[in-house]
Amino acid sequence: MKKRSVRVAFAGIAALSLFVAACGGSDEAADEVTEETTAEATEEAAETCTTPTPVKLQLQWFIQAQFAGYFAAQDQGFYADQCLDVTIVEGGVDIVPQTELANGNVDFAISWVSKALASREAGANIVNIAQVFQRSGTLQVSFKDQNITKPEDFAGKKIGNWGYGNEFEIFAALTKAGLDPAKDVTLVQQQFDMVGLLSGDIDAAEAMTYNEYAQVLEAVNPDTGALYTADDFNVVSYEEAGVGMLQDAIWASGERLASDAAYADTAAKFVAASLQGWAFCRDNVEACRDIVLAKGSKLGASHQLWQMNEVNKLIWPAANGVGFIDEAAWTRTATLSQETKNLEGGTVLTKAPDAEAYTNDIVTKALDILAGLGVDTSGSAYAPIEVTLNEGGN
Amino acid sequence: MTLIVRRAAYRTAMFVLALGLVVLIWETYKAVGPADGGKLLGVRILPRTSEYAMPHVWDMFQRFSRPEVRGSDRTVFSSVLAGAWYSFRLSVAGFVLGGAVGVGLAVLMARFKLVQRGVLPYLVVSQTVPLIALAPLVVSWGGKLEVGPFVWPRWLSASVLGAFLAFFPIAVGTLRGLAAAPAASVELMQSYAASWGKTLVKLKFPTAVPYMVPAFRLGASASVIGVVVAEISTGLKGGIGRLIIEYAREATGDPAKVYTAIFGAAALGLTMAGVVVAVDVFVMRNRPKESIS
Repeated sequence: MKKRSVRVAFAGIAALSLFVAACGGSDEAADEVTEETTAEATEEAAETCTTPTPVKLQLQWFIQAQFAGYFAAQDQGFYADQCLDVTIVEGGVDIVPQTELANGNVDFAISWVSKALASREAGANIVNIAQVFQRSGTLQVSFKDQNITKPEDFAGKKIGNWGYGNEFEIFAALTKAGLDPAKDVTLVQQQFDMVGLLSGDIDAAEAMTYNEYAQVLEAVNPDTGALYTADDFNVVSYEEAGVGMLQDAIWASGERLASDAAYADTAAKFVAASLQGWAFCRDNVEACRDIVLAKGSKLGASHQLWQMNEVNKLIWPAANGVGFIDEAAWTRTATLSQETKNLEGGTVLTKAPDAEAYTNDIVTKALDILAGLGVDTSGSAYAPIEVTLNEGGN
Repeated sequence: MTLIVRRAAYRTAMFVLALGLVVLIWETYKAVGPADGGKLLGVRILPRTSEYAMPHVWDMFQRFSRPEVRGSDRTVFSSVLAGAWYSFRLSVAGFVLGGAVGVGLAVLMARFKLVQRGVLPYLVVSQTVPLIALAPLVVSWGGKLEVGPFVWPRWLSASVLGAFLAFFPIAVGTLRGLAAAPAASVELMQSYAASWGKTLVKLKFPTAVPYMVPAFRLGASASVIGVVVAEISTGLKGGIGRLIIEYAREATGDPAKVYTAIFGAAALGLTMAGVVVAVDVFVMRNRPKESIS
């Protein structure tokens, strides 16, 4: 009897070590998004530079056309041409790019200006070195019969918002329209899909031109059996309403910019190659869709093409040169961040951001590099394409 | 033997029957329930029956055979399977890690009463920390960790979070098991002048097994939950958690698709628990039935 018990115990230990062995197998499972491509890029660059500088870029979210320029720069070897070995790190639900940057886990991060400024005010020394998206892509989408065509029409309606700092354009628009967010509208917390709008829980839903708005146009209208069309909806654009806030920008570590000349040099090269990627996507919309799809995005092809096209509209044309931080837009964003109160009476920022919060030095250098390469950095002749969405974005 | 086979057949039949019943209730409610749900004093107490809220069960299963994105020859099924397999391996790693820490802690606590009194409350407190608050921290700490040639891979963060959930039931269950040896047996060991270590291996662990198996089973499913939540939270690519949000993003156009990933996650949890049961059966195969309490 006792002997058996011992055997049982040993069998238990044996079983545990089996698990350990199984665990060893998962070592190979780690699959980094970018490993292969950076290896490829390094090979190409081998002729011109011996040791490419490793650079890590943190995205806000998963791979999608919103970040196509960076993937294109990687895929087309623009980073390699600048002797950079760039690893692109995807975001997640709880990953805050500014924090990753401030912690030193990555070298550069993509973030919305208002959110990044809030992080800066909280003590993260991060600096905007290139304003990639020159315009805001936030919309408020509603069915035609609601008759919501301007922020004034929000009165008495159920207004969806995402929260988490994505809601300030809504509050700014309400304030500008003379409405009290607490009394004149019903604010509804919105999921990251558009089901709330389609099922009537929300009268007007927050949406990005390049993502959620496309989602409603990919859904089947149960009354007709066909897809919803743009004619079924009214759209309020915050950019047009005069309360657009700057969104995707490239942020760098302020500390390293000040103390590390090599980092500042890398930053200029990185921005140059990234903007070259964006210029490539402006001229090769479908090729960039394919690059994004090949990276393993789960969103369908027509959705990505739509997103690519809409993102291009936010970037191009860029009068001052792509990536250049326009002081007027910057000041507007900063002012709105200070003055707009949300429901709890809070503002994004308590005081004006300091002058070091952005710099055009890096992007100016980058634009010089691109001028030398003959890249069109203003896109004055840019014209968007027409995209037809398919059901489910496929 | 035939008894065992018959019992297994009976259990399988009951499992299938229970699944069928769930499908039946789902579809019946969808057919007869109020389209806009039921509201009581402005609070919705009955769910809606629209396609967005409750897609048909056959629609969900039909999604499995569709290509994941148009034009690709990869079906949703193979994606879900690959995701579940990836998460399974992470869960096993988390489970082993959690098991080692849990059993180690339990032995320490059984040996030193002081450790037990000092550590046990903290173990309880540790489980009240929300996983989603911890996930970005672990990723961030891990990103900084570089010991010699060892670079912290991102998936390890998910496994660590799985271990974080798994170790607790294992530690508590094992501790109870180690204290369960009958006093007479302990005294017998003492009369042999057996060392504490000998007593642990020859007496306490064997008597603890019936307590440890359910604890390990809990730990296994906790590890799966930890890994899936960590994948969602940190956006780790490749696993079933990531698939759930990827597909949920398409809920506007294709509300049935996200259920495929949810089924995958459920199957993953069942598989993990099944593996523990299988090991239990294997380990206990020679043990007389009556000695298992």
